[in-house]
Parts: sequence; structure tokens; C-alpha cells
Amino acid sequence: MSGFSGMPFFGLTGRGMVLLVLAALGLAVAPFVADRYLVSVLTTVLWFAYVGQAWNVMMGFSGLLSLGHALYVGLGAYVSAALFVHFGIGPWAGMVLAMLVAVAAGCIIGFLGFRFGVKGVHFALLTIAFAEVARIGFDHITWVGGSGGFFLPVEAGASDPLNLRGSPMLFYYVALALVVAALLLSRALLHSRLGYQWLAVREEPDAAEASGVDLFRARMTAVAVSSALTALGGVFQAFYFNNLFPEQVFSMGRSIEIILPAIVGGIGTLIGPILGAFILTPLGEVLTFLIEAGGLDLPGLKQLFYGAALVAIVVFRPEGVWPWLARRLRLVRQPGDFRQPGEGA
Amino acid sequence: MTALLEVEGLSKRFRGLKAVSQVGFTVPEGRILALIGPNGAGKTTTFNLIAGVFPPDEGRVTLKGRNLTGLKPNQVCAAGIGRTFQIVKPFGQLTVEENVLVGALARERSVEAARVQARAVLERLELADQANRPARSLTLPDRKRLEVARALATRPTLLLLDEVLAGLRPTEVDRMVEVLRDLNRREGLTILMIEHVMRAVMALSDRVVVLDHGEKIADGAPAEVVADPRVVESYLGAEALD
Repeated sequence: MSGFSGMPFFGLTGRGMVLLVLAALGLAVAPFVADRYLVSVLTTVLWFAYVGQAWNVMMGFSGLLSLGHALYVGLGAYVSAALFVHFGIGPWAGMVLAMLVAVAAGCIIGFLGFRFGVKGVHFALLTIAFAEVARIGFDHITWVGGSGGFFLPVEAGASDPLNLRGSPMLFYYVALALVVAALLLSRALLHSRLGYQWLAVREEPDAAEASGVDLFRARMTAVAVSSALTALGGVFQAFYFNNLFPEQVFSMGRSIEIILPAIVGGIGTLIGPILGAFILTPLGEVLTFLIEAGGLDLPGLKQLFYGAALVAIVVFRPEGVWPWLARRLRLVRQPGDFRQPGEGA
Repeated sequence: MTALLEVEGLSKRFRGLKAVSQVGFTVPEGRILALIGPNGAGKTTTFNLIAGVFPPDEGRVTLKGRNLTGLKPNQVCAAGIGRTFQIVKPFGQLTVEENVLVGALARERSVEAARVQARAVLERLELADQANRPARSLTLPDRKRLEVARALATRPTLLLLDEVLAGLRPTEVDRMVEVLRDLNRREGLTILMIEHVMRAVMALSDRVVVLDHGEKIADGAPAEVVADPRVVESYLGAEALD
């Protein structure tokens, strides 16, 4: 078992396991007990947990800061939507091309960045630039509606899971499946040869390289995995909302929303992005409710409180809420619990 | 005696400043060679040229007759050279075992097999009891040992050690010297070490190369080299006369 203190998952204590199982059960039955509104909020939460997890593969595992992940969401969304609208190809097949296109874009960014030694903040700027180019570019591609938006046909009461047409409950479970799959995939990756090499590259690139890690390859695979996963989030978004606008899908704001769950929950941890999404989206909803209930419906007031709450979380829990919570509630083995080798570790 | 590592006419300039100039030496298989010299003499630059951190302006590096010049550090590692860093570079958030595991993965595709090797190396370096601690929590002597452990885990034929004894207390130096001597004698590991601790240099090395201002000024058996007037003047100073 890995004792890596930054990624507690296998390190869960009995109490942690019980909580995890309860949370999983709760999410599994939620649509049967929750109302429509709550299901839609939970679907949004799960969507952000999923794309947060996808982003975490780059930043959390490999130390690559992407501030343009909306690019992959948008490409995934537009490719799958165009295939469906223009050629009648459903999302389950379309997602393959959607992922490939996103991976291609990611590899171009990665190639430019890693080949020419563009690092850190400058690499982040490169990712922003590509997302912005896509945002402006898609405004002018009339084949997918341009700036006027691209719409998927909606039939009332349709139930066609093969084409991802159906009730909110269908989308809820698809989103839940995505979150679980991304969590399991991330865990498997972290305990693989590639995963250890990613972590080494994140911690000390020079030492990783001297230990035989091909930096270029390790970073490119991180970008490829992250962009492919994020594109799936885009496919989901296209078929869930049935409309796409370049100004929203590719926006800088969306890119920031994607990175917040992992930052708030705990970058580089497996549970962090999920917990972060469960904090952030409900926080926004609660603020809306409180402001309306208080009759203080001033424009921007919600954003102000939301921003303040974010600042507070980042200032008081810079390493993220999950590592702190896991320690406080003893959900993971404590640092003092290290088993001694030779004692059955 | 066959030469494992051959360094010929190695030169490197940084913005016109000659860091290393026409340096050449050979490291015979199974021996320990120490590279000494004052600060700024070009020792670490020489290491970096051998390890592929940057390519030399001139000269070549061969390992068992294979030309390594211009290869990247990961390729040099694959070719059989393991290295440590003067300023230790542990993977801070990973455990001690995971640090060494990353090294073992250089030759091993299976994580479990690499873990078994990592544990064996940790035993060897007396770090086994720290295996599950985050590397950032280690003391300096243990971090130095971890550098050696990670490099050893890549199963090198030649180990480059950049001041692994610096900053250690005398008893810790002795422990490390024992470990290195053991690796060399029992497993036939060839070692090229940059070192300032002369006591260890004299105890360990078969041969000493002295650099000063980027140039080689002496090359020979330890006893000869420390008696060389140029070496005494440029590096050892009064200390050697004691």
C-alpha cells in the first residue's frame, strides 16, 4: 500500500471507509428521494467533480498548470454535437472523435510547451491562449452555429439512452458514472509506473530525468489523459444542455470554474476535486437562496460573497479542505501511524 | 584494466565563461575515482556534462565504448549512469520508499518488482525504518543517503556522487564511506565522486583528478596528488601540510 501522505485513498481508516460507502450509497439513491431542482444541482456538482478530477491529472499529478481546460470541454462538446446534428452519429460513438480532437489540441500545446521549454506560468499562458483562440474561432464557424449558438434537437419526453436523450435522472447517473470512473482511473494511474513518474516529474523534474524518466513523454501523456477525460465532460455538457455558445463554453470563466474544485478540495488528492465540487456548487446555490430570502437582490452580491468564501478557504486551508478534513476526522491513517517495515507493512 | 568511463577533451562555456576546458580522464571498471578542486573549478559542470544535463561544446563521453555525448539525462541513466545532486533533490511529497521506487522503475516495468528492489536498496542504505515517511521530513544526512539510494535503484554500472558527504558529521561520514566501500568491493560498482572531505577521498579513492579553473591540473594516485605542489597551492592549502 502506498503511504503517500498527499493522496489518501487507500490510506482510509475504517471510519473513512464507512463515510465513503455512505456517500456512495447516498449518491446512488439521491434521484429517488430528491426533487428535480436538487437533482439538477447534484448533476452540476458531479460534472465539476469529474472535470476537476480530469484537470487534476495535469496539475495535481504532473505539476502542469492548465488555465485553459475550457478548450477541451468545448472541443468535446462541439465535435460530438456536430457529429450528432450533421451526421446522426450518437454521443457514444462521437465521444471517441471528440476525445481524439481534444487530445490532438492538447498535444499541440504540450509539444510547443515542452519542446521549447515553456514552463510554469508561461505554460499556463499558452493554455489560455489556445482556449481564447478557440473561443473567438468558433464564433465564426457557421457550420456549428457561430456566435449565434449551436442547438441540439430536443424532443419532449424522449427516452433514448443510446443517444443520450432522456430524463434528468439519466444524466444524473451518467455524471455519477463519470465521477466514479475518473476516480478509479486516477487511482489506478497513480499506482502505476506512469503515475509514479508523473509525481516524480511534479516534485523534481531534474531528479526525475536523472532517474530515467523521459520528461517530454511523461508530460505529454499527462496532457493526453487529462484532455481526453475533459472532452468527455464536454460531450456530456452538449447533450445535457442541448445548446452551445462559444462565449460560454470556451470562456476563461469556465476554465477557472474547472480548476476550483481541485484547488478548494486539495490539489493532487483523489477525493479533493470531488469534495471541492460538493463545497463550491452548493455554496453558490445557498448564497442565491439566502440573498433572495433576505430581499437583498443587488447585482453582483452573490459573486462578492462567493469570492469572499473562496478567499477564506484558500487562505485558511491552502493545501485544500480534504487533507485537513481527513486529518481532523481521522478518515485517513495519521502521519504517526507509519507501519515499520519488517512488521508486515 | 578496462576503462568503463572515458572523458575526452570536454569543454563547456557559459556566456563566454570557460567552465570546463579540455578535461579528460578515464574511470577504470570497478574503481573509485575522486574529482576534487576548489569551488568553481568546474567539477559539477563536468558531472552535468557526463550526465547529459547539457551537451559539451567540445569533447566526448563514452561508457564501455558507447558514445553518450549529447544524450539526455534519462538516456544516460538508461545507459547505466546513476547520479546524485549536490543540492539534494528528493521528491518531497513522496515517501522515502516511493522516491527509491521511481529510481527502480528505470529498469523495471512492474511497480511491484520495483518496490521489492527499492526495499532492498533501502535496507542497504539503512533507510528501511524511514520507508513510509515523506521524503521532505528527513534530516540532511538521511536525504543524502536517499539521493544515493535513488541513484543505486536505477542499477547503474557507474555511480556519480556529487558531494554526498558534505554537511555530514564525522560519524555520518564514516557510515557513508563504509556503505560506498562495501558497494564498490562487494558488488564491483564503479564510482566517480566529487568530494571535499579529504579524509574520505584518501580512504576511498583509487585515483584522484584535480580541477582548477576548469582545467585538469593533476591526475594520479591519492598520495601523489596531495603531494603535488600545484594541488597544494590551488586547493589544499595549509590544510594538507598538517
